[in-house]
Amino acid sequence: MTTTIPEANKVLDCSGMLCPIPVIKTSRAIKEIPVGQVLKMISTDPGAPPDMEAWSRQTGNELLDSHQEEGKFVFYFRRVK
Amino acid sequence: MSKSDPNAPKRLALIASKGTLDWAYPPFILASAGAAMGWEVAIFHTFYGLTLLLKDNQPEVSPLGNPAMPMKMPFGPDGFQKISWPIPTAMMAAPGFNALATNLMKQTFKNKGVASIPELRALCVEGGVNMIACQMTMDVFGFKKEDFIPECTVAGAATFLEYAAEAEVQLFI
Repeated sequence: MTTTIPEANKVLDCSGMLCPIPVIKTSRAIKEIPVGQVLKMISTDPGAPPDMEAWSRQTGNELLDSHQEEGKFVFYFRRVK
Repeated sequence: MSKSDPNAPKRLALIASKGTLDWAYPPFILASAGAAMGWEVAIFHTFYGLTLLLKDNQPEVSPLGNPAMPMKMPFGPDGFQKISWPIPTAMMAAPGFNALATNLMKQTFKNKGVASIPELRALCVEGGVNMIACQMTMDVFGFKKEDFIPECTVAGAATFLEYAAEAEVQLFI
């Protein structure tokens, strides 16, 4: 993985949590940053990649990057609205 | 409850008809996830699903008549936890077995990182999910509005159907 990693304004660690908590915590956390800023979310839930993509499509908040890091799933979302 | 605005968010209409611990999960998980996606969500609580609105709701689970339920232990070494215990049906009817099965399921869910039912219900309330208590079931089972969490509303089939008619997703659970 050698993509350019976006700069995060806020980090949310959802390690150890299962569906639907990562989605709920992400939706809550992104409301705490201004529009345009970036939220980094970390999850250990194998269901998170498809779920966070769906959440991004449904809410319109942009998924800038997602990758695996030391066995964890990492997502970067830009708050759009 | 009409959805005349074309820019209105998507709508999810759920019916929660069961009140056991296992069946309490699907409506609260879907409702809280829908709310987190910016959807408008309502759960119509009817029959045994009505008990999920009780202030001191303590749902239980029974493996009796529930043969697909895995009977596994939430503690001990890995190999031990993977064993699905063949519990005879007669033993499942023994006093205290429901409490045992309920505690084992709660512990398993907690170990795996799944939220509890009270936590999920609180997340639904926080996310603005409209919890509707079925008036008819309340009358039949003798429940009063004060028995339920104050956030719930009371209505009947016509109210739910009008809401569901304009929902993108409708599910009976």
